[in-house]
Amino acid sequence: MTIMEYGQAVDFAVGEAMAEDDRVVTWGEDVKLIHRDLLVRFGPERVRDTPISESAFLYAGIGAAMAGLRPVVEIMLIDFLPVAWSGIVNAASKFRDFSGGRWEIPLVVRAGCGGWYTDGGQHEQVLWGQLAAYPNINVVCPSTPADAAGLMLTAVETDEVVVFLEHQLLSEQWIDYLAGGSRSTVDFDRLIPADGAQGEVPLPLERVPLGRAAVRREGSDVALISLGVGVHRCIEAAQVLGGSGIDASVLDLRSVSPLDRDAVVDQVRKTRRVVVVDEDYVRGGLTGEIAAVLLEADVAAAYARVAVEGTIPFAPHLEYAALPNVERIVAAAAGLE
Amino acid sequence: MALPKGLDPASAYRTMVRMRLVEEALTQAWADGLVPGEYHSGIGEEGINAGILAHLSGRDSMALDHRNTSPLVGRGTDITKIMLEVLGSEEGLNLGKAGHMHLMDPELPAASDGIVGASGPLAVGAAVANQRLNPGRVAVAFHGEAAMNQGMLMESYNLAVAWGLPVIFVCKDNKWSITTYSAEVTGGDLTDRAKAFGLRVRRASGDRVEDVYAAAGDLIRRARSGAGPGFLHVSCHRPAGHFEGDPIVRLLKNPRGQAAEWGPSIADSVRAQGGGSRSERAAALTDLTKRGARAARDYTLRSRMDPIRRGRRLLDPASADRIEAMEAAEVETAITVAREAVDQRATFGATGGGAR
Repeated sequence: MTIMEYGQAVDFAVGEAMAEDDRVVTWGEDVKLIHRDLLVRFGPERVRDTPISESAFLYAGIGAAMAGLRPVVEIMLIDFLPVAWSGIVNAASKFRDFSGGRWEIPLVVRAGCGGWYTDGGQHEQVLWGQLAAYPNINVVCPSTPADAAGLMLTAVETDEVVVFLEHQLLSEQWIDYLAGGSRSTVDFDRLIPADGAQGEVPLPLERVPLGRAAVRREGSDVALISLGVGVHRCIEAAQVLGGSGIDASVLDLRSVSPLDRDAVVDQVRKTRRVVVVDEDYVRGGLTGEIAAVLLEADVAAAYARVAVEGTIPFAPHLEYAALPNVERIVAAAAGLE
Repeated sequence: MALPKGLDPASAYRTMVRMRLVEEALTQAWADGLVPGEYHSGIGEEGINAGILAHLSGRDSMALDHRNTSPLVGRGTDITKIMLEVLGSEEGLNLGKAGHMHLMDPELPAASDGIVGASGPLAVGAAVANQRLNPGRVAVAFHGEAAMNQGMLMESYNLAVAWGLPVIFVCKDNKWSITTYSAEVTGGDLTDRAKAFGLRVRRASGDRVEDVYAAAGDLIRRARSGAGPGFLHVSCHRPAGHFEGDPIVRLLKNPRGQAAEWGPSIADSVRAQGGGSRSERAAALTDLTKRGARAARDYTLRSRMDPIRRGRRLLDPASADRIEAMEAAEVETAITVAREAVDQRATFGATGGGAR
């Protein structure tokens, strides 16, 4: 066991995977500076800066993966992946099937995601619901340093495509880079979940399987289901709800695709009430998917969702109100029959 | 050089001073913790912005990038409204919904987009509309040299030529792609690249507003008359780095402090078991050192190449003093209003939601 910060844990796992396998390489915008520790250990051939050319360097990652490398392609923020969307939708998602299952694409797409630190509507999206819609695309977002390292190790080692989302609020690297965290005049302590930003990481690293959720809190009255920062907001909401005699469980999905349907069904079978807490858009995404899973499994439950309804506003108080905050979660859970 | 015909040096200087003072007020507010998130200032781009804006009138369109404050200030958008927006107030230019990377002023019209290269296709679209609906109006796309590696911008160059559009692409070349040295990730020469698309190409020094004015005038007049699109390459410096708090600028300003922050883990990683050969690791360290040295060189150059200092020499000192005093008073009033609107908040206004 050792204590690591969230971003440090991701880089540590990438480093372990690179040390283990020469075919693992990484490239993206500014990665030499941002991941300087990887650069000085593995050299400039395996850790490369790219031009601001997302569609080319993402698609090139697919080509490289098909030709024998195991690339970790970093799209700085997931908001920039839409510039390269065809690589995901028409290539990474399709080529294994087009090849009759003979061509694997061992590609990790690594990107920051998520808000709460006030960076506006083009830098704070998560987009995990849309990404999870495409065949053969795994999508994960860890909520702790241990999961960050364990999921990244799995992501690099699997022969499948994995979109690995690092929540920007949990990552010390992104808070420094994007939120101006180096300023002594700002204080994110009230917003950053301490247990998510820093925590124990087992050594040697323990792999976290794709598609396996984790129960973060047991409870019998209502199940709160989320991932990323949402998990920490749910844990805080569960404490508040406990004060009014409502016993909430918290399920950390960890993967949006594959989705741990069994874990969702198990939780909600016990509680018969569920609130899905999602930092993604409310339409066409994870919240509706969870409802469908429950219907298909014939689980009758009172259901509510707390998600993002529109463009994430810039002004801090408007942003806070638009994101799935503790007050919204508590109100949704308390409102269920 | 003799001043180009049509340029009023006092007016150009006033525009540049106003831009600089607004940017300084906002970067100070950022340092004071009143501007949330990132802030990409346009300090160093005043000569470019003022030289081009002097040719725009009526409802010529502007498509802006992440350094959009100064062009809006120069074009006359209410500076108090801009400041309120950037500080995160609902009273701001865009009701607090945009923030500095996405400032929008439909009255001008001017639209900003934080996605690198997006100003190209936005300006092309505006030019198509102008061509049909408002002949004689032009559209100007402002972008950096790094954006020229973005596919949609290159596609826009082609579209502009293929359709013969009244659009001008202004490439503000500060030599840096976020915190990567552009030459390291760019092939060929940028003006050759633009020429190969069939664009009419001009070059100017961004530290000399009169130079920008002359080069831009040629391209804008041509586009306005329907003779086709242009590309203006302008050199400039970005003294504050990519954004406020840029780690490379921090390294230059406080080498010892930043070394203490980065040093231990870099030292551990260089020595870590498993990984590259000794020469690969040495090459990586050289790589990092070179980046720092290049930043230091550019950082030193900027004081000599300051467009405001050079622009001041175009008029007599007494007039320059008067302009500076008037603009300073206006900017001071505006920033005071903006600061008062938000200074009561803690942690950017959030009242809860997170482990304490």
